[in-house]
Amino acid sequence: MSLAHASTGDSVLHRLPAGRKLVALLVAEVLVAVAVRSVTMAVAALVVTAVLWSLGRVPVRVAWTSLRLILVVAVLVGAAQWWYAGGARAFVVASQLVVAVTLAVLVTLTTRTGDLLSALDRGLQPLRRLGIDPARVSLTLALALTSVPVVSRLLGELREAARARGIRPGPVVLGVPLVVRTVQHADQLGEALAARGVDD
Amino acid sequence: MIRLDHVTHRYDDRVVLDAVDLELSERRVAVIGANGSGKSTFARLLNGLVLPSEGTVRVDGLDTVTHGAQVRRKVGFLFTNPEAQIVMPTVGEDVAFSLRRSGLRAEQVRAKVGETLRALDLDGLQDRPSTHLSGGQKQLLALASMLVLEPDVLVCDEPTTLLDLRHSRQVHGILAALPLQLVLVTHDLDLASDSDRVLVFDEGRVVADGAPAEAIAHYRGLAR
Repeated sequence: MSLAHASTGDSVLHRLPAGRKLVALLVAEVLVAVAVRSVTMAVAALVVTAVLWSLGRVPVRVAWTSLRLILVVAVLVGAAQWWYAGGARAFVVASQLVVAVTLAVLVTLTTRTGDLLSALDRGLQPLRRLGIDPARVSLTLALALTSVPVVSRLLGELREAARARGIRPGPVVLGVPLVVRTVQHADQLGEALAARGVDD
Repeated sequence: MIRLDHVTHRYDDRVVLDAVDLELSERRVAVIGANGSGKSTFARLLNGLVLPSEGTVRVDGLDTVTHGAQVRRKVGFLFTNPEAQIVMPTVGEDVAFSLRRSGLRAEQVRAKVGETLRALDLDGLQDRPSTHLSGGQKQLLALASMLVLEPDVLVCDEPTTLLDLRHSRQVHGILAALPLQLVLVTHDLDLASDSDRVLVFDEGRVVADGAPAEAIAHYRGLAR
């Protein structure tokens, strides 16, 4: 997922305040879960999502990179649902999944991570009453987002290392080293955040 | 002024620094020694990333154990691997991230970020994805993320080890011109020779401490 597009884009969605986009996303996710129960509603939700994506003017390559995995998952989920509950139900469930995830991706692609952090900081202020530090929660969410390309890079390096030794890179070969490298990276990142005084 | 009084550090039962006493007031201090000699642990002690098992580390009188947050505001730290220091997706956002808890307004943050990036020749890269930078540019970004906090001291742990010659020289030049106290852990003896004082570590102890020529000669003797 190219989070950097959020900084370079200049669409209507890019210009909307991060807080409003987050609230709209929350409402949309609830509506998708509660109101999309028929094929007609699912088609309507997909059309609205497509219109929103076109408003976001996300480059096709970025959109494809960001969405291909969820599309594969939606097809698999849809196929399973088809088997158990029939075509109409499969279409509705797969559409709910696609709409819910792609809207969230659209928000992250059209909002600078810094603005997202600030909006979350403000929105999560009520959590202070429960003894939870909102800045820490928003930082955790931001780190989760920005770690996606890092894990992807680590995976690429491990694939290359496996090929260099003549080993076919598969989930079994790559799984354990990927976990180890990810934990090492998390360790270094934690130290770097401490050095920047983020946790003080 | 950085002061270490009888500082020992252990990882489990292994002693990595053994009763080190030092006072660092020079503008440029280089730290050299073999791998595993305790250099990196020493560097991490200076801004409280690592706390001493025994003894005290003080920066301008502030103990790293009891005043860790204040010490870290005074002492910045640059790591060997810039990849692990970059948190945000773009250059500008990453530098701004350091100012997250500074209480500055958005426009003040933007101004400081712009000023810091200009000082490091990164001003045209503000919206560039940080993953698209070269190794040298990434290290400069990591440096910018520290300098925007305006530390009094910068501790660098082998900041040029992963860089090619051109970027290594560029980072050296920038570090040398910084108007702050610099403690530089390095394997680069040319770089160490430009310092005001060189510390040589061996098996957790400072075995030579003084002017670059003598200290480096002592280190060369150890390596034979």
